Amino acid sequence: MNTFNEPDENTGGFLLRLLVAALLAFGGCFLLALRLYTLQVKYHGHYHTLAEDNRISLLPVVPQRGNIVDRNGVVLARNFVAYTLEISSEVTDPEKTISELASFVAIEPRDKRRFYKFRSENRRLGSAPIRTHLSDEEVARFIGQRYRFAGVDVQARLFRDYPHGQLASHLIGYISRINDKEMEEIEERGDANNYRGSEHIGKLGVEATYEIDLHGITGAEHVEVNADGRAVRRLKNEPATAGNDIELSIDIALQKVAEDAFGNRRGAMVAINPTNGEVLALVSMPTFDPNLFVDGISTRDWRMLNESIDKPLLNRAIYSAYPPGSTFKPFMALAGLTYEKRKWTQKVSDPGFFWFGGHQFMDDKKGGHGAVDMYKSLVVSCNTYYYMLANDLQIDRIANFMPQFGFGARSGIDLPGEADGVLPSPAWKRKRFKTREQQKWYAGETISVGIGQGYNAYTPLQMAQAMATLANNGQRMRPHVLKTVIDNQGQRQEFPPEQVVDIDVKPEYIAQVRQALEDVTRFGTGARAFAGAPYRSGGKTGTAQVYSLKGGKYDKSNERMRDHSWFIAYAPAEAPTIALAVLVENGGFGAASAAPIARQVIDFHLLEKRANESAPEDSGASDDEVGNGSNPPMAQATGTGDRPNGQP
Amino acid sequence: MANHKPHSRIIKLAEVILRPLDPILGLLLACLLAYAIIIMMSASPGRVLPTLDYPPGSIISAQLVQIFLALGLMWLVANIPAQRLLSLAPTLYIAGVTLLVLVLQFGVVVKGAQRWLDLGGTRFQPSELMKIAMPMALAWFFQKRDGFIGWKEFLLSALLLGVPVALIAKQPDLGTALLVAAAGIYVIFFAGLSWKLIVPVAVIGVAGIGIFAIFGDQWCQPDVQWPFLKEYQRDRVCTLLDPTRDPLGKGFHIIQSTIAIGSGGLTGRGWMLGTQTHGGFLPERHTDFIFAVLAEELGLAGVLLLLALYLAILMRGLFITAAAPSLGAKLLAGSMTMILFTYLFVNIGMVSGILPVVGVPLPFISYGGTALITLCVGIGILMSIRRGGREH
Repeated sequence: MNTFNEPDENTGGFLLRLLVAALLAFGGCFLLALRLYTLQVKYHGHYHTLAEDNRISLLPVVPQRGNIVDRNGVVLARNFVAYTLEISSEVTDPEKTISELASFVAIEPRDKRRFYKFRSENRRLGSAPIRTHLSDEEVARFIGQRYRFAGVDVQARLFRDYPHGQLASHLIGYISRINDKEMEEIEERGDANNYRGSEHIGKLGVEATYEIDLHGITGAEHVEVNADGRAVRRLKNEPATAGNDIELSIDIALQKVAEDAFGNRRGAMVAINPTNGEVLALVSMPTFDPNLFVDGISTRDWRMLNESIDKPLLNRAIYSAYPPGSTFKPFMALAGLTYEKRKWTQKVSDPGFFWFGGHQFMDDKKGGHGAVDMYKSLVVSCNTYYYMLANDLQIDRIANFMPQFGFGARSGIDLPGEADGVLPSPAWKRKRFKTREQQKWYAGETISVGIGQGYNAYTPLQMAQAMATLANNGQRMRPHVLKTVIDNQGQRQEFPPEQVVDIDVKPEYIAQVRQALEDVTRFGTGARAFAGAPYRSGGKTGTAQVYSLKGGKYDKSNERMRDHSWFIAYAPAEAPTIALAVLVENGGFGAASAAPIARQVIDFHLLEKRANESAPEDSGASDDEVGNGSNPPMAQATGTGDRPNGQP
Repeated sequence: MANHKPHSRIIKLAEVILRPLDPILGLLLACLLAYAIIIMMSASPGRVLPTLDYPPGSIISAQLVQIFLALGLMWLVANIPAQRLLSLAPTLYIAGVTLLVLVLQFGVVVKGAQRWLDLGGTRFQPSELMKIAMPMALAWFFQKRDGFIGWKEFLLSALLLGVPVALIAKQPDLGTALLVAAAGIYVIFFAGLSWKLIVPVAVIGVAGIGIFAIFGDQWCQPDVQWPFLKEYQRDRVCTLLDPTRDPLGKGFHIIQSTIAIGSGGLTGRGWMLGTQTHGGFLPERHTDFIFAVLAEELGLAGVLLLLALYLAILMRGLFITAAAPSLGAKLLAGSMTMILFTYLFVNIGMVSGILPVVGVPLPFISYGGTALITLCVGIGILMSIRRGGREH
């Protein structure tokens, strides 16, 4: 019989089973002890670290962003504290919460849209603002009801403020919420830790260029947290290092004069100190209010800015390239002298046109200027002289000569989004066009280039830089808007002037051309605009065709088809401290619309004279005068209020 | 009764109380329960994060009430002679199986498992009764058969074991099913199950675990279905192999308890000072994972003390088994002792990450009245058997 047991209750068989059970118990406990020894002794260090990582959390301490001030200390961008009402991402039914909140604080549909957009885009931040800039009364009303709203709280947050509103907005730029692409870039440059907790980043202008300086260094708060991530105890605090202040070379009062001078007209102006490259004013009109962007711009505002035919978001001063028109002539003249195609006194005859290749290139004066030497060609802006000169120089020499003034290449200014412009040449054409027919360079095109038409196209910054180079006797300085970086200890680090090129042109040629330009503002095309000026200046008008008239029909009634108006100038003539280029889109003759703007800017710069108003002599760059009125003026951090009265 | 000491009523009362109790087992149990309270003071959730469920101190006072209730029951059971207990076995068993069937029909569903019967306010878990009824029934059965195990006996005992275990597993409650099955298997083992059957099964079992450890990764791919086991049970086993595959979900328990244990080191971070415990990183810290609290705060030293106490109780239990007066009592005592081992091994194994997470509490330490009562009744049975052995 097959049995499963040996029926032996009190025999050795049962005792054996007891022994096996005892061994099992001891063996099991030994196994457990072994495992615990492994965890608690052998790998204790590893698990200790893990426990500490669990326990200690580093909370970012966001640094205060640096201020941006102008060369006289007038604040252009600063921070202020405001209360925001924020809903934690843990709140699962925000719609209900918002509708309940609405009875204590005003919540517009716009706030809601922004909240949901922010909530979906910025999950990492934990909470999203439903209302910003709460009034004290609203804060008080909410605090009284706070117990009813789990996950909703009032936070004091730093906001960016651009006290001058639209003034110099392209130049100053703005900050706005960090998007995913920017976050990737931050991670790529290994700066992700420094941006833990940061919500904003500079998007445009100086705010973007000097983002790293302005941002500062994020601090850390070591806190003991529980499993819910709630801080229960503070262990250590590494304070944040506030961002550096940026002092610009810009004179915001000058900027204001320039923008006011433009009025409603579109265009751009760049004013540079030719001796060191400091940009004194950089205008692009129309402008926009950068404050709109800080909290996330509303769809309506964005559409208005983005779809406007006037393109207010476009920085025309550094991004838009226009044919230079006659402002190109001084540089053509220098090329003619340098390549010895013309002598200063050599006269050519201007019958009012230049016949070339079966095409008649017209002068703007019927019947011509008669016998014209180089001096006269500049003062009266004779086209025929330069048709001939361009034809004699040929395009290769022009293309070789011009780059030293910075034509057709980025200046390297410390602002984002600069355009190259176009200095045409056969090589450029080969690169630019696809078909062989298009790529061919025609001699007739050289002739258009000679008077700054054709493919020529330069940014107002490039024109100002070229004029500054001329004013600085051929020493080209890199233009820049940064003057000083001031760290939180008050240490100042000056931006060193950087000479880019020493032009390969004989000083006597430069002196000759400058002599002609200085007479343009006395007897020539700029004479009316500069009538009665108590200083001497050099200048050159320019009128750039918007559409080629070949084939096109010039329609005077269409304002946007009118010529662009240029004026480039420097002053004072003996030792220039300012060189500028003014462009008025569809402004017609350079003498008529661009030159008066230049006059107002130079007057202010040299004489401290306000256009259309007489300012108190001693107040200098006080807020009332610089502010545009839409934002209340604020206390200046470093403003001294006494501007130097003109430059030596 | 021989010892008459009539001068003091108090002494007499104490004698009445103490007489049925085994002093060694009683003393060890007292030490263990005192230890439990010390650990519970740190682990009780109300202390750290007062919630509506657990106001501060409520856990400790509830635990004390439960301890006294369980000790009272233990005393009652210890007073009943072992043979009397065994004669109750068929009734208890049949009642238990009936209730298990009722649970599947009418039970309350909590967290996806149907384990409780609602008795108008209180809940009763019939599977808990089975932890006692099962070994008693099998011991009774084998005593009836004079310890003879033929084909018939084997199949019958397997059926007696299998039906309730299957009912419990269906609820589903893998932990309890495991403990009930183990309790029965211990009886069959002590009854004299042939080594020819035990050794191959043990070898296959060990080999199976080894193979699983090697091939587990492939079997744990998300699309692989396992026969007989629910998905969450499969996940528990898989998470054991690699807790990091789900660090915030199912693996979180094991990862955090392992960190708590490991960070305890030799002497622990200090009573009430465990950061894993008090930061709330340790889940279920006053119930199934209370061992990790002990290991974190009192270190390897505290852990070894606990294991020593358990081993002492186990050895005392096996001694009682050896000295038991009848076959039924022997089988019952052996099973009661070894089931205690199963409890502690499965619990500590699970918390320290060498066994899958199954709902088995740390015996006498974890918070929870039901398990404590079952365990104390088991100790009561041992004491009853010990008394029978003494008087034998």
